[in-house]
Amino acid sequence: MTEPVVQIRGLQFAHGERMIFDGIDLDIAPGRVTAIMGPSGTGKTTLLKLIGGQLRPLSGSIRVYGEEVTQLSRKGLYQLRKCMGMLFQSGALLTDINVFENVAYPMREHTRLPKALIRDLVLMKLQAVGLRGASTLMPSELSGGMARRVALARAIALDPSMVMYDEPFTGQDPISMGILVKLIRELNDALGMTSIVVSHDVRETAAIADYIYLLSQGKVIEHGKPEALRDSSLEWSRQFLEGRPDGPAAFHYPAPDFRDDLLRGGQSK
Amino acid sequence: MLDVLQNLGRVTLGFFQRLGRGHLFLLQIFATIPGVLLRPRLVLTQLYAVGVLTLLIILVSGLFVGMVMGLQGYNTLVDFGAEDSLGVMVALSLVRELGPVVAALLFAGRAGSALTAEIGLMKATEQLSGMEMMAVDPIQRVVAPRFLAAFISLPLLAVIFSAIGVYGGYFVGVDLLGVDDGAFWAQMQDKVDLRGDVYNGVIKSVVFGFVAGWIALFEGYDAVPTAAGVSRATTRTVVHTSLAVLGLDFVLTALMFGE
Repeated sequence: MTEPVVQIRGLQFAHGERMIFDGIDLDIAPGRVTAIMGPSGTGKTTLLKLIGGQLRPLSGSIRVYGEEVTQLSRKGLYQLRKCMGMLFQSGALLTDINVFENVAYPMREHTRLPKALIRDLVLMKLQAVGLRGASTLMPSELSGGMARRVALARAIALDPSMVMYDEPFTGQDPISMGILVKLIRELNDALGMTSIVVSHDVRETAAIADYIYLLSQGKVIEHGKPEALRDSSLEWSRQFLEGRPDGPAAFHYPAPDFRDDLLRGGQSK
Repeated sequence: MLDVLQNLGRVTLGFFQRLGRGHLFLLQIFATIPGVLLRPRLVLTQLYAVGVLTLLIILVSGLFVGMVMGLQGYNTLVDFGAEDSLGVMVALSLVRELGPVVAALLFAGRAGSALTAEIGLMKATEQLSGMEMMAVDPIQRVVAPRFLAAFISLPLLAVIFSAIGVYGGYFVGVDLLGVDDGAFWAQMQDKVDLRGDVYNGVIKSVVFGFVAGWIALFEGYDAVPTAAGVSRATTRTVVHTSLAVLGLDFVLTALMFGE
């Protein structure tokens, strides 16, 4: 088997008192689209930040391209990030420069390419996401879907070998969603990248993922190919993938008895 | 009782943690400054945003402060027949105290709050995180140029404040109230010492520029990334900078002019 791009072993991470990850093992294979799915608040975004070295875990190992992220110096981390792209949920575009400059930004910061070449490269990236015509717009003039596509063009500006997508489909209309689904798959295959998609949009994600990890309550519940997970023997996995409101994952947030709560009247808790 | 102690402990601990983070932040800024100096354009852009755009409020305030001092000074001095000393009084007050202090307070309100809001919003909209993931250090790219701009522009603004203030005093004292033109300037020239007064005033404003930039940028960088968090951080910038400037002014004055 080929060496995984990202290898996580025994990862533990806590936000204050709350344990987010409690011993996670995970492998991301090269050249494939791997989806990390789970309910909101499972720490999927946190996982991407841990892989990118923006957060440090309590314990465990995170190896990216063979480098132990948890022990890299600031300089080493920045070096490693040059081969990673990340698409933020909000897009995270720089709001005081236009679309063209946003996509050109990483190139200007990290390369000494001549102006004309940068222009051509930016136009190629924008063409890939279908927004070459929007290159002079400011981020505030873009719709949510367009902003995310610009952010995608920026994420692939330096031709990274791995791209992380943080909830790429959330809050998108069906057309934008369709475009993004297609883009993620096509970019992955055309550029030979490794993609990590964090999402809870089951249908869209399952459609493009080669492999899926299901996370809940700090653990990997199950992992496998999409078709295998659909026929999973675990009730929880089926509930999540089919989107049923109640099941092993309870509808109610833990609370005291409903009747007692109502009868207590105006007394404070 | 236990609750009170617990709260006291938490607040104290929180205070020292923030103080520690603030100093680490400053060290990070220092570490990136050599890199920033290689790209002077970044600093120049910020000099415009932080310094040039603050110029108007500095000019107007300086003029009025000088005019008020001319008027008040004249009314007091004329009783003793000492109105010829008006120039000295106006110039010394401005150069030693009012120039650096009032310019720093105005700077905190105009530029400091803007810096905090800008950095805080960049944090809230994940722009700083985005930069980090693009392997661009936000401290070097965003914070350090703004720090240098604040550090450079406040002393210049303070000097401009004092200069225009002296003109305001001259306008009211000489042009309107009839103080002798020659005496106004001659006494000022005689009594205002370049090293003892002007240099010390400039040193004060250099210190204030350093502190104002540091506080504003740290508050923005450390802000809770929500609307309420950024708003609190902006308020804190103005309050903390003002208090720090006034407190430091006393310390510096005691060191410079105390016997």
